[in-house]
Amino acid sequence: MLSTTLLKPARTAIVLWLVFILACIGIISRSSFSADLSAFLPRSPTAEQQLLMDQLRDGLVSRLILVGIEGTDEASRAKISKALAQQLRNDPSFVSVNNGEPVNTARDRAYLFNNRYLLSDTVTPERFSVSGLHAAIGDSVDLLASPAGLLVKSLLPHDPTGEMVQLLQQLDNGHHPQLLDGAWASQDGKTALLLLQTRASGSDTDAQKQAMQLIQQSFAHASTATSATLEMTGPGVFSVSARDSIKKQVRLIFVISSLLIALLLYLLYRSLTALLLGMLPVITGALAGIATVSLGFGVVHGITLGFGTALIGEAVDYSIYLFMQSEQGSRTEASRQHWVQQSWPTVRLGVLTSVFGFASLLISGFPGLAQLGLYAITGLLAAATMTRFVLPYLLPRDFRIHDVSRIDQWLSRQAKHATAFRAYVLILVLAACVIVYSHRAHLWNHELASLSPVSAADQALDKRLRSNLGAPDVRYLVVVSGDSQESVLQAAEQVSVPLQALVEQGQLASFESPARYLPSLSTQRARQASLPANEVLSARLAQAVEGLPVHADRFAPFLADVAAVREQALLQRADLEHTSMAMAADALLINKGQHWSALLPLTAPEGGEINADSIRSALSESAVAGALFVDLKAESNKLYSTYLNEAIVLSLLGLLAIIVLLLVVLRSPSRVGRIILPLAAAVITVTAGLALCGVQLIILHLIGLLLVVAIGSNYALFFDQADAIPKMAPCTFASLLFANIATVIGFGLLGFSTVPVLQAMGMTVAPGVILALIFSAIFARKNHAHTD
Amino acid sequence: MTSPQAAEVEAGWNIEQLMQTLAKNRNGHARFIEKKSIAMLDQPVESSGELFYTAPDHLEKRTLKPKLETMILDGGTLTLERGKQKHRLQLQDYPEVAAFIDSIRGTLAGDGKALQQTYQLSLLGEAQDWTLLLMPIDDKMKKIVQSIRINGTNGDLRTIQIIQADGDSSVMTIEKLATQ
Repeated sequence: MLSTTLLKPARTAIVLWLVFILACIGIISRSSFSADLSAFLPRSPTAEQQLLMDQLRDGLVSRLILVGIEGTDEASRAKISKALAQQLRNDPSFVSVNNGEPVNTARDRAYLFNNRYLLSDTVTPERFSVSGLHAAIGDSVDLLASPAGLLVKSLLPHDPTGEMVQLLQQLDNGHHPQLLDGAWASQDGKTALLLLQTRASGSDTDAQKQAMQLIQQSFAHASTATSATLEMTGPGVFSVSARDSIKKQVRLIFVISSLLIALLLYLLYRSLTALLLGMLPVITGALAGIATVSLGFGVVHGITLGFGTALIGEAVDYSIYLFMQSEQGSRTEASRQHWVQQSWPTVRLGVLTSVFGFASLLISGFPGLAQLGLYAITGLLAAATMTRFVLPYLLPRDFRIHDVSRIDQWLSRQAKHATAFRAYVLILVLAACVIVYSHRAHLWNHELASLSPVSAADQALDKRLRSNLGAPDVRYLVVVSGDSQESVLQAAEQVSVPLQALVEQGQLASFESPARYLPSLSTQRARQASLPANEVLSARLAQAVEGLPVHADRFAPFLADVAAVREQALLQRADLEHTSMAMAADALLINKGQHWSALLPLTAPEGGEINADSIRSALSESAVAGALFVDLKAESNKLYSTYLNEAIVLSLLGLLAIIVLLLVVLRSPSRVGRIILPLAAAVITVTAGLALCGVQLIILHLIGLLLVVAIGSNYALFFDQADAIPKMAPCTFASLLFANIATVIGFGLLGFSTVPVLQAMGMTVAPGVILALIFSAIFARKNHAHTD
Repeated sequence: MTSPQAAEVEAGWNIEQLMQTLAKNRNGHARFIEKKSIAMLDQPVESSGELFYTAPDHLEKRTLKPKLETMILDGGTLTLERGKQKHRLQLQDYPEVAAFIDSIRGTLAGDGKALQQTYQLSLLGEAQDWTLLLMPIDDKMKKIVQSIRINGTNGDLRTIQIIQADGDSSVMTIEKLATQ
């Protein structure tokens, strides 16, 4: 019935809108959603940041799952650990499962022992000269007589120069949890420990979740009829639980806020039609926001969706203004036309101020912020446009809502008295300024970790298991790059020379290098060439043992082994297969198409720090082209500080854009001042409140403050409009109040989230917009009365 | 051969008492001479130096002759320093060696329980001149050590004789220097 009476422009508007909605749904159905750290990583990274991102996404550290088994008794824990490990070792999802049991030891030793002359960096031509052999064998004899003699006695006939001992020494990283009943245990002995490495990268959240489920199932199987409990931590576990909690909370907040706002609107309108129609701009805005973010970024972050649910409370305002400020009664059509003429410019200016405020976020290098900005801009524009150009045509002829003019009149009387509170507000703002100033040193949190969706309890568990396991947290790295595996292995060997010197000076405890497990072919060739031919070696050996308490004929196995190595094929990556060194080599060698990198993680001396400058200068002296020293923690905090500073600048730019917009539109500095004053007062008061509650501000608090200005400007503009024109639209006060309540519901619920970024936004915006409304009323000019 | 058990009761001197006496040593400092006979070497090697012990698990053996060499056993870590070389081993990676080294540390600490996990203990003699004999229980250990014979007077160790499974042997003579 509607369509037959519709005018042409109406039909066009509705059709366009439906097409738009369908297009958005089409885009969204093909969008991918994420909840990992990607939102917090830069869009155009430096070389160091790229490395940080790679490590976070799929580096060795990102693939580790640390497992703790607690409860029951020591023997049972060890038994469960072994049963769990045995099951997981058979699963291809895990590259390695380590619980202290000597599973790979035999294979590792065989690899090292069989290839000792290719792997050991003491293999040089001098080592196999008469004097070199004399010294090396002399050392081995001494070692034989020492307490460690037991270890080397059986090796001596094969390895009189002690290469195996050299290798074991080099590869030992010195961190080992204690063994209790044959399985790793924490220092206090109350937790059995396992260290797992997944095949999937840490950023592959689905695969990480699968791995976690496998662990849980195997544990349930291994621990039947005991009271043992399972703890898991690690970057992958964090991504999974963060995604789960973001997903769960966003869904819950969405449902609750939709219900609450629907309830509010129903109480207000007492009309189901009005309620449903009022939700249309919101749905339009949300769909437009998600679809644009998906188009612009390729992926929509869970945080953006969470923010989107809060923005429902803002987008619903437009329909509230339309419905409530239209004159009720028989001439509804004309009244809506009147609304478009009278109130729409104010709403439009409000939307524009929001858009101007958020536009600055679009240029942020922090994808999380840029997504929020894009979502807010398109969401609000779509919701407002729909309210203005489509919604009026959708209203049925007899559309009417519950009369709230009594409430409005009461509010109007209150507003008249509000100005009396100006002095108090000024005192409050002054006090807030003092509070903010006195907290200035600790106002901001400068750690990237403050954005992490991981709870403090989980972080503490991670720290405990990690320190007990001695698991790598790879903070300091030297990185060399090249165009082939061979070239980066050679570079790693070159850069090891100055690093070894630093180890000897005590500036480093140790360092890792993939070339230890897999030397470059050129080095292997050189080592092979250091080995003399059989007759030469046997003649030298006879001379070398002179003066030593051993006979040369004991070393026949040595001669045979050396002869074999001289003929042996050089080691390739495949030779490492089935040893625990394969995992290390893979983790330290990164290949991306034509680009290869080798990572050399550094370990700080015990109780000391790594001096970045001395490492950098040692590297520059070594003249290995492009060798890079990276402190990942410093890098990530630097990254966050950049974001924070950038966000501060962008917010100020947004504020400036809003002021310029208002100046251009209103052409009155005093009116603009009157609009900005209550907003500034709300911002400073909220900031002081947060500081008083001991909250350290993160980026999202700042964005929340920007939102307070953007949303609050709508209220301030209505009060300003009331000053500027003689007769206000009906029910302006009531519509402002209910719009405000809707916004507070939307954002207030975010404040209860345990995801810090969502919570920060919620706890800033909800009180901020309440204050913005109250302050706008208080600072409005006197005598604005539409009812008079 | 008389039952050692019976002899202990008669003399009022048993393993428990020995362990209690030994456990009173909180720290010690001694000189040692060690003579090793190793089949692979043509002649025995002799070394000498100093021993330091701090209860319950720190043992340091500083060899001064023929070559400067230090062995430090601290908890589960064995550190060997020889010239520029420094080897650090985790005892748990070498359980057989650990049991072997722990026999000496366990005796110094008077930790009868720990010793009895790996060895069958028997005590001969009296408080002034006792001999503790350690025989490995475990088959793995039997492949390494045949027996360890420790001789001492009251709370002090005088000699440690070790016979390895392959016939290699060592005798260490200990002379106490000072007690703090």
